[in-house]
Amino acid sequence: MILLVDLCYRPGSLGEAEFVRPIADIVQACGYRSEICHFTEWERVNKDGTEAVILCGTPLKDNLFAEMTECFAWIRESPVPVLGICAGMQAVVLAYGGSIEENPEIGMITVRCRVSGDPIFRDNEWTAYGLHRFGTVPGNEFIVLAESDACIQAVRHHTDPVYGVQFHPEVRNTWVVERFLSTLVSHDKTR
Amino acid sequence: MKLGVLFSGGKDSVYATYLAMQKEEVSCLISLVSENCESYMFHTPNIHLTSLQAEAMGIPILEYTTKGIEEEELEDLKQAISLAVEQYDIEGIVTGAVLSVYQASRIQKICDALSLWCYNPLWHIDQDRYMQSLIDEGFEVIISGVFSAPFDETWLGRRIDNEALRLLRLYAAKYSITLTGEGGELETLVTDAPFFKKKIVVLTSESVYANYNGRYHIQTAEVRDK
Repeated sequence: MILLVDLCYRPGSLGEAEFVRPIADIVQACGYRSEICHFTEWERVNKDGTEAVILCGTPLKDNLFAEMTECFAWIRESPVPVLGICAGMQAVVLAYGGSIEENPEIGMITVRCRVSGDPIFRDNEWTAYGLHRFGTVPGNEFIVLAESDACIQAVRHHTDPVYGVQFHPEVRNTWVVERFLSTLVSHDKTR
Repeated sequence: MKLGVLFSGGKDSVYATYLAMQKEEVSCLISLVSENCESYMFHTPNIHLTSLQAEAMGIPILEYTTKGIEEEELEDLKQAISLAVEQYDIEGIVTGAVLSVYQASRIQKICDALSLWCYNPLWHIDQDRYMQSLIDEGFEVIISGVFSAPFDETWLGRRIDNEALRLLRLYAAKYSITLTGEGGELETLVTDAPFFKKKIVVLTSESVYANYNGRYHIQTAEVRDK
């Protein structure tokens, strides 16, 4: 089971349909079951059988999550792989002591890979949909995997199975989620 | 949160309204009436019926006329949204965008400039599931325009029911068109929905069709009790 974390300002907001449901559909298409958990309810959720966690994005104006970094302390101790998408990447970076800074992008952008040998980010360059108010300033424990002209677009932790992507993979780049699941998650899709 | 819905009267903006009403307060509908029938941004067939739809829903509507010149119409949209903020005190905008980055990113930029929330509750929705939901939940959706092969004249004014959806699935597979018409293959109009307080009844209409391109013009219609 893949646990999808909703980072919108309240549980069950209108943003869930836009930012969580498309990711759930990609996960399902990959043959995995998913459940949704609001970021404020992390402690109360039964996480038995969780094989990976994906933190989803939020509307451009919805940045309350960034003021509640205590809700993301679990990321550093996560026993399963973590992927943060847009706001989710910002939460990941904040959890490890990094910061965010205003660096908006809206629309299609060009993303360039900065590393070789990563199992997810294998291409040199691609176009992606950016929709964010803040970019990230990760600490030294992260490897920068990809960048746009404006900001860092993808990171991976040096030792933990933790990734972040600033762009929205549900638009034309579903391979991000597909490769994350195929390379980092066990293949027992019935759990 | 008070929201305004960018409203064309087609299935996507009506369903987006329906979803928004379940989560927030929809204070008004905003319709851009384009004088350009080839508008890049705004749905045009039967746009004059949006006021009847608003009456059937019981939601106020703000109508704003645009000449429909590419990019200039975005300034008109910004003006219309600004008026809605003044008149209805809205804090955000809802759109029926499904796949169009062109539409969605432009509206996101306008909302950002006006410091408004922007929601796209149909964004990358599973098209098959969505179309089936429209039928199962009782949305009366009729085809108001066709702009692609293999649609013939019989599709104009046709209601999207299970048989129509079966054919659309076949066409989508065979002709590489989108099931929802997101590629501009067809346009729709909603005459009734579960949240409509009243329904729209078409009294007179005319179809104009040639070479896989046709429009179903509703000349007269009225709102009636359900």
